[in-house]
Amino acid sequence: MSHSTLTALYTLSRKEIVRILRIWTQTIVPPAMTMTLYFVIFGNLIGKRIGQMDGFDYMSFIVPGLVMMSVITNSYGNIVSSFFGAKFSKHVEEMLVSPMPNYVILFGHVFGALSRGLLVGGIVTVIALFFTEIHVYNIWIVLSTLVLTSVVFALAGFVNACLATKFDDIAIIPAFILTPLTYLGGVFYSISLLPEFWQTVSKFNPVLYMVNAFRYGFLGVSDVNIYVAYGIILSFVVVLTSLCLYILNKGIGLRS
Amino acid sequence: MTIALKVSNLKKTYKNGTVALKGLDLEVEAGEIFALLGPNGAGKSTLIGIISSLVNASSGEVEVFGDSLTMQRNKVKSHIGLVPQEFNFNMFEKPMDILVNQAGYYGVPRKEAIARAEKYLKHLQLWEKKETMSRSLSGGMKRRLMIARAMMNEPRLLILDEPTAGVDIEIRRSMWAFVKQISAAGTTIILTTHYLEEAEQLCKNIAIINHGEIIKNTTIKQLLTTLDIETFILDLDREPNEKLLQCLKAEITDDNSIQIDVHKSQALNDVFKKIDELGYKVLSMRNKVNRLEELFFKMTHGKNEHANESENAA
Repeated sequence: MSHSTLTALYTLSRKEIVRILRIWTQTIVPPAMTMTLYFVIFGNLIGKRIGQMDGFDYMSFIVPGLVMMSVITNSYGNIVSSFFGAKFSKHVEEMLVSPMPNYVILFGHVFGALSRGLLVGGIVTVIALFFTEIHVYNIWIVLSTLVLTSVVFALAGFVNACLATKFDDIAIIPAFILTPLTYLGGVFYSISLLPEFWQTVSKFNPVLYMVNAFRYGFLGVSDVNIYVAYGIILSFVVVLTSLCLYILNKGIGLRS
Repeated sequence: MTIALKVSNLKKTYKNGTVALKGLDLEVEAGEIFALLGPNGAGKSTLIGIISSLVNASSGEVEVFGDSLTMQRNKVKSHIGLVPQEFNFNMFEKPMDILVNQAGYYGVPRKEAIARAEKYLKHLQLWEKKETMSRSLSGGMKRRLMIARAMMNEPRLLILDEPTAGVDIEIRRSMWAFVKQISAAGTTIILTTHYLEEAEQLCKNIAIINHGEIIKNTTIKQLLTTLDIETFILDLDREPNEKLLQCLKAEITDDNSIQIDVHKSQALNDVFKKIDELGYKVLSMRNKVNRLEELFFKMTHGKNEHANESENAA
């Protein structure tokens, strides 16, 4: 990568992070507040009546899932709002007329989304410490699944932002696809509780593999094979990266 | 002679079937300020969009300083600075940040980018507003901000798409001075404008585009020689009588003002002599319509009905 390309990547990444910090009341505080309520209601109040899940008390069980949920929604939401906002107000043209390679446009935005995902994930983890002890079974699995999952949803959000033509288009996917997949992805329960048919159906949900791989890093237990989980996550990274670059190279949704 | 821009057989058909460019050919020499004129929908913005990589061409070739847009797109982009018609910067960012980021996209290191931003913000009288949220800038300031932004990569080819639209005459003149200054420094400039006086003031060569084709590509001087008649408004010292009107074949436009058509073969001295003989004094004189505007209208509409339209002081 040439020096000027690195400068462009640094500029775009920095701009994205500055944006996240500038509107912290929209980007940082709401997810922290939402997750605190989850911990209080599901973990503390309802969780005490549920007892144990996979050998751990319910609060400890849902912490990894809730952290992952906040990382997923914030990574996706950040890139969608940033890039679609740039398209909507046409300042995306600042990037399109510049000699910055398309992969830099993509990676700069993904880096911004990753930064917000990790920042919010870190804050949610700190909040969780007020409610329960956090076990870490394997820190490398925790970190790698966190980063890879954030990247997957940042890339998915980028596709959504490129193809969206109106604000409805960036609201529909999170509401009707992302949220159901996350809630049904084993954040709040082990799929071993489900009837066999629904266990099979759940295994078609990619979020299940991400949540379980992440939970495995904390607790050492998982509903799915950890290698299969990594394989699926990495496949999504490769496929979505290729799709994003194809969209950028063709100018789909960006150039007439 | 170095060619800054070479467009060959450029065609563009949009997905809805609109044919915007029909095999357009154009050459712009390095170092000049070139005017590109045309009515709305003529294809100017599509042409500029293709040159600046915001629109995909259907076919044809674009070369900027010898580099092919299709083969060396990023190199071509590095030659170009674009000031679009519409405001297209983030209204929630400050001018300083907008400029520094733009330079960064072109690979200019941050320290150098800050120095350039200071230079152009000062040049374009925006330095005091460098930390102001961009949305609160006036229309003229926003236009100047876009010019400053386009200069951040110090382009060899600067494309100005109606850069002075909506700015007052004082700011417009200061922007002209800036354009002349950067042209003198060696930057090639392509200018589209609706203020045709602007093209006369700044440009040597002109292309008129209509229905996706270049219908005239010549020097402004040459173009103006094709205009046969010029219309003048003369303000007299008193109300003109019938004899004067008949003698000059003039029309009354106001209490003490007359309008006359003067053929280019006719000397203005003859007109003044006749007025003098009839005992009138001319207090002031002005063009009724910008000459270039009249020509432009004739070329794109095929008739000279514009001469009867709004008065435009020269």
